[in-house]
Formats: sequence, C-alpha cells, structure tokens
Amino acid sequence: MKYAFFLGCNIPARLEQYETASRAVMSRLGVGLIDYRDFTCCGYPLRNIDRKAYLLSAAGNLALAERDGVNIMALCKCCFGTLKEAQYILGGNETLRREINDMLKPRDLSYRGQVEVKHLLSVLYHDVGLDNLKKKISRKMKDLKIATHYGCHALRPSKVTQFDDPVAPTLFDELVKATGAKSVEWSEKLNCCGAPLMGVNDRVSMDLTQKKLDSGRESGADFLCTACPYCQLQFDQVQSMMASNGATGDALPSILYAQLLGLCMGVDEKSLGLEKNQVAIDNITSFITQE
Amino acid sequence: MFFDSLLYGSLLIFIVGSAYKSYTWVSRQITGPELPYSTGQRISQVLKGILGVIFSGRVVTLVKVLILDVILQRRILKEDSLRWVMHMLIFVGFMLLLFIHAFESWTSSNLFEDYASTANPYLFLRNLFGLMVFSGVAIAMYRRFILKVPRLRTNGMDFYAIVIVAIIMITGFFLEGAKIISHNEFQRMVEEYADTDDAEELRALEAFWVEEFGVVSPKVAGPFETELLTQGQELHEMSCQSCHAVPEWAFISFNLSKGMRPMAQYLDDAEAAYFLWIIHILACFIGLAYLPFSKMFHIIATPLSLMANAVMDKERSHPANILTRQMLELDACTHCGTCSLRCSSSPAFDALGNDCILPSEKLQFIRKLAAGKALSPSERTALREGVYICTNCDRCTVVCPSGINLRDLWLNVREGLIQSDATGDPLMLSGFSFVRGLNRPNLTTEGYAKPLELARHEVAKGWPSAAETDSLNFNGGTESQAALPYDTETFRACYACQNCTSVCPVVAVCEKPEETLGLLPHQIMCCLGLGLTDMACGAGMIWDCVTCYQCQEHCPQLVEVTDILYQLKNIAIKGPRQGAAA
Repeated sequence: MKYAFFLGCNIPARLEQYETASRAVMSRLGVGLIDYRDFTCCGYPLRNIDRKAYLLSAAGNLALAERDGVNIMALCKCCFGTLKEAQYILGGNETLRREINDMLKPRDLSYRGQVEVKHLLSVLYHDVGLDNLKKKISRKMKDLKIATHYGCHALRPSKVTQFDDPVAPTLFDELVKATGAKSVEWSEKLNCCGAPLMGVNDRVSMDLTQKKLDSGRESGADFLCTACPYCQLQFDQVQSMMASNGATGDALPSILYAQLLGLCMGVDEKSLGLEKNQVAIDNITSFITQE
Repeated sequence: MFFDSLLYGSLLIFIVGSAYKSYTWVSRQITGPELPYSTGQRISQVLKGILGVIFSGRVVTLVKVLILDVILQRRILKEDSLRWVMHMLIFVGFMLLLFIHAFESWTSSNLFEDYASTANPYLFLRNLFGLMVFSGVAIAMYRRFILKVPRLRTNGMDFYAIVIVAIIMITGFFLEGAKIISHNEFQRMVEEYADTDDAEELRALEAFWVEEFGVVSPKVAGPFETELLTQGQELHEMSCQSCHAVPEWAFISFNLSKGMRPMAQYLDDAEAAYFLWIIHILACFIGLAYLPFSKMFHIIATPLSLMANAVMDKERSHPANILTRQMLELDACTHCGTCSLRCSSSPAFDALGNDCILPSEKLQFIRKLAAGKALSPSERTALREGVYICTNCDRCTVVCPSGINLRDLWLNVREGLIQSDATGDPLMLSGFSFVRGLNRPNLTTEGYAKPLELARHEVAKGWPSAAETDSLNFNGGTESQAALPYDTETFRACYACQNCTSVCPVVAVCEKPEETLGLLPHQIMCCLGLGLTDMACGAGMIWDCVTCYQCQEHCPQLVEVTDILYQLKNIAIKGPRQGAAA
C-alpha cells in the first residue's frame, strides 16, 4: 500500500508534529508514503480569489500523482476537500479540464481523472482497516474521553467528498474507540472550528471556536481530537491566544489523531511531538494502560 | 602606469562601493514601521552580536556553516547537483585564477621560487582553471537559455554576470593564444632575455621556436635543418627554458592559436595581443569596480547571510540586528530562482501571470523599495498581490541556497505594505490571512484591525448595499448586472425556506446578523433569483462565510449555496467593472 503524501502548506511550517507522527504511524502499519517535492498548494485559499488559479493548483497536484499511478493521501481536511472538489468540477466539465490541461503542459502534466484522493482517516479506516489497526496497538487508553472533531471540508459537500455520512458520521469515532478511548457525543461535533475566518473576522472565528470548546467541555471530554492542521491550529494556538485575551473556561486541549494513535502504538516521543502543542497535552500519558 | 592607475582606481571604487553597500545594511530597513535605531546603534549592536557569538558555543555552528555551506555549498548540492557542479566550477576556478594568476605579483611570485607564468605547472593550471570557469559559465547559459528551468527568470543583472565572466575567460584564452604565435612578442623577449646578439644564433633560436613553440615568423620558415634546430635548442636551453614550457601545456590557448596562425601576421601588425590584453584587464577591472553594485556582490553578502542566519533567531537576537540582517539578505540573493521553483503558490503565478507571486521576482521589487525608490502604482499593486498570495509554507526559506530568511521578509513586507497603504486590499479577506491571524499577538490591536476594515470597505466599494437601497431596480434595462461566471444556476430552485440561514454557524453567532452580514444566505439566493447579482456581491456575508457547507448540505432544493458564495467572492474581489465583465 503506497500513497503520494500530500502535506500541504501549514503542516511543514506550523505543525511538524502532525507530519512526524503520521509518518511513524504509517510506517508501523506498513503503509508507504511517497514524497513529492513538486506538490504545491492544493488551491484552498485561492478558491476565494480566482477559480482558474485554484483549479490549476489542484490539478497540478492530482496530475503528478496520477502520472505515477499512485493515490493521494492528505493530512489536511481542507486540502482533501479542495482536491476532491477540483476532481468533481473537472470531472463534470470537459472544456474546463482541457483548458486547465493546456496550462499544465509546460510542466509536462495532464490530468485525466484517474487518481483517488484520500484523507489519513479514510486510509486508516478503509484501506488499513480497524482489525489491522488494532493489531498494531500495543497499549490502550483507559477512562479517556475524546470529543471527535470531524472537520467541515471532509464531511461536506458529501456528494463530493464521500467521506462519511454527513449527518451521522461514525468513521472517526470508530478510529478513536480502537485506541480504547471513549468517544463522547457533543452538540458541536459537526460544526466549523472557526479557522477559515481567522485573520479575516477574528471575532466570528473565535466565537465559533468558543462555542466548540464550551460544548466539548460540557460533554465531559478530556480532549478534542482532530485530523486537520487548520482545526488543530485553531484549537491549539488560537485557543491559547484566546486564553491570554481573557477568555473564560478551563483549557480544553486538542490532540491530533496521529498523536493519539501513535501513543497507543508506542511511537517514540520525538516523532509524536506532544510537547509542541501550545495547550499542553502531555497528561494524556496518564490514561495509558500497559497491556 | 596605465595598468596601475586602472587597478587602483577600480580597487578604490570596489572598496568605496562595498563600504557604501555595507552602510546601507545598517542605515536602511525593509518597509515597515520605522524602528527607533540610529545607524550608530545598529553598528554597535552588530559588533555586540558578533562578539557574543564568537565568545560562545555558537562559534562552532559558525565554523560548521562556513565549511559546509559557504565553502562546500551544501545547500546548492541538496537542491540540484548540476547547479552545484556549475557553481563549484566557477567558484573554485575563479578563486584559483585570482590566486595564481591575477594576484601573481603578490602571491605566486613570492610563494613559488621558480614562478613564471609561462612555466609549468602554472601554464597548464591557468588553462585548467580557466576551463573550469568557462565550463561553469557554459552550464549557467545552458540552464538559463536552453534547459528552461521552470520559473527561472533571467534579468539584466544575471545576463551581465554571465557576460562579464565569459568575456574575462574568452579574452584570457585568446590573449594567450595570440602571444604564442606572435613574432613581435618573440622579438621582445629575445631583446630582453637572449644571451646573444649574433644574428645567426638568433636565427637558430627563432627556427627552434617556430618549430617547437608555435611562433609564426615572417623571417624564417621550415622545414629546418637538424643542425640549425640543435643550435637553436642550445640557445633556448640557455636563455628561455627556465621560464618556458612548451605551449601544448596551455591546452586551450594553444589549440586556439592553431586556428589563429593564418592571421598571425595581420594580428601582429594590428597589435592584437596588446588589445586583447586591454580588453582582458578592462573586463577584470570593470568586474571589480562594479562588483558591489552587481549580483556578484553575493560573494560577500551570501556567506554573511548564511552565517548570520545560522546563529540568529527571533527570540535571542536584538531587533536592530534583525533589521540589519534583512538588508544584508537582499544583497545575498543571487536570483537563482530556487525559491520560485519550489514555491507552493507558483500555480497562482501560472494562472494569474503576476511575476511578484514568485518569491525570486518579489525580492527584486523589495530591493527597490528598501533603496527608497518609489514603485509605480501598478508595481505596488502587483507587489501587494504577490506578497499576499503566499501560503506561508516556508519552503522558500528552507531551500534558499543563500540561507535567506524569506519567511520573515515576506511577513515584514506584507505588513509594511498594508499598514502604509491608504486603500485596503480585498485579498486580506481570503484564507491567505490565516497566518496573519496567528501572528496577531505580535501586532498592535489597532494596527491589526485597521487594514482589515479598509479591505472590507474596498471590496464593498462600488457594489450596491442592500441596507442603503430604498427601492429595488429589477433589471431596469440600463443597469447591467455582474454575471455568475460559471455554470451553476442552482439558485433558481430556491424557494426561500431559509434552511441555509438557519443552519449557518456564522449567522448563529451574530447578535444582529442582518446588520453585520448585510444579506443572509437565503437573501443572497433570492437576490440572484431576482437578477440582483451586484447587490449579492456587496454583501458582507460572502466574506464572513466559513465555507463549512452546512447550507449546501442541508438545502432541500440542492442549491449549491457555498459554491455560489465562492463565485460571488471571485467576482467581488475583481471590483465592479472587471467583475461584471467576467
């Protein structure tokens, strides 16, 4: 099992621990990751500005993986959703696809629509499988309550992303349960983290985050769990920014799923990078039971 | 005298120029809020910083970087082995030529007892080093003009650098070739060094040099008798041999000289060797004098940038030193294009065609800005778009062979531009602002919010606002409305059930949504249904959309609400006129 490893822009610059933890977990599961230096931005921020620039960005990445006959695995829900959307648009519009391919010609690339885009979680759930995953888990979590945050761009629009049931998804909860943790129900589970408006309308952005944190706390969760750099940065860096601005309520730390899974697989501390989170998550180790 | 005055003149310009350039490092700053450091303070901080590093453990890092990155150029090797070969050939070849040849009266003559430029191994080595440089220049030309490395732009300065080095090398080889065949040159040497003035003996010597050293003589011609040659050889051994190896050792110049032989007489009459020498030294002196003002100044600035970046960081270093380092970094850029090759936003350049999106080109404009030169309004707009369409992925910083901290440079310039411009930039309302949001604690509250307000104002300008419209004009004939550019007309199915608005998380967190958002999602769909696209473009809602797709997912009529909001943003950001034309 091999994937073109799509890191996106945020992870290498601001969330290295997501990369290192994912690499460690995938190598234990025997999943090969191929790095592409030529991958560019998926096109997500460009969608707001110019559709052609967005599609060209996305199509270049899709074409690179397609050329080598490998599927893409993204760590970021926004990259995932953006690439899926581009496939959807280009798949339904032959003229546009040809136009974009003309622009890809100087790079010797062409997108034909024969590559699949997956997210880390869907690879773990569908391709690796829960049974195989459990086999590699050497120590389980006990009495740990996790609030799973699905991430908008993975869930919706569901006819494009086909990630899970958009109204009652279970994929992420199943993956969390595999670690022995309990996945709590919470009212804000399927809502936005607030990150897309960070830097644009901070008040709305932080209000959305505050709502999520309140709901998570109410549900009794010890941690939020994410699988997207935008969501994670919002719940981590922005939460700590909110705290220093005088926001109320105890901190609700957020852990990346790759970190949680890695802990249960006995991945080394350096790769997990728990200390790199701004809202401390190191007390998670107290939930580990040795088996 | 002529030579010396040129040498000292160009050396003086070089020294003054370098001093002036170094002075700009401590007296100027990249655009941004003026920081309160005088030049004197900045110089003293630089000295303090340097001493601090030298007398600390960081000196080990410094030495390591000096060896691996400056001398061995590890960062170029990591990027591209052909480029490393190219740069090493030029760098090593040129340095060695400088050492054994250009500075021979100070170096070789003093160091090597039997030094003569025409004796071996010097004769051979000079050609070898020259070949190295020339091969490097050939690879550079191949990369820039034939291979067409993606997004590698060639500007006047790159062209100058290649041309000046090529001229120095080519004239050097031709000069040597012309001297090999020159009879005048032979004559001059005989007058100065021959131990005899007997005409017969000199004829023998000349015959020997024609036979063995490639001199083209108007007086003697072969084939020569063995006796004559033997006599010539004896004289040669006595007067010439200690300084002259056979010219075949100058393997490039000698082969060139073979081609020049038919014109030898003409070349001698025209004093070709002398003129080639003039061109050769003039090119060298121009290169030297102009060095501080050309990209060749990277010879000095790049090692400093590499070393400074290895030992400096935001937390530890004095802010004055960071300003100074950023100015130095502008001179350390060699316009090699690595950053643009690896730029995450490069497809945006391919689609939008704005050079300033490419880091390597952006930097050229920033140089202008830092030198206090005014940018034209169109250049400024292009630069602002360029610094904004950046995902802050930091790849440029990771790959830069000169070790320039481009990450900080972009953030600095971006903030400087949006703070100093009176008009807002609608690009600020896109996802490209995320990193600015994360950096918020480093900015003042007002400094942070003001440009965003201006951007809101700018993007809404020219579009009718729903709140300020008393009576609606439904396609009143004269008004042409902006058209949705893509093939979605799903809004036509909207029956205003308001599901989109009721599931919208943004609407939910607003106390007075209609006031803050202008139009609510279902109202925007209604506007479109009524043909009021312009009014929809003016709604603040489109910029406050988190693109969570709740509306689209929950629409019973399958209206692609979020995707339509994206389209409206695409139109609105281009402004009313361009938007309508789209």
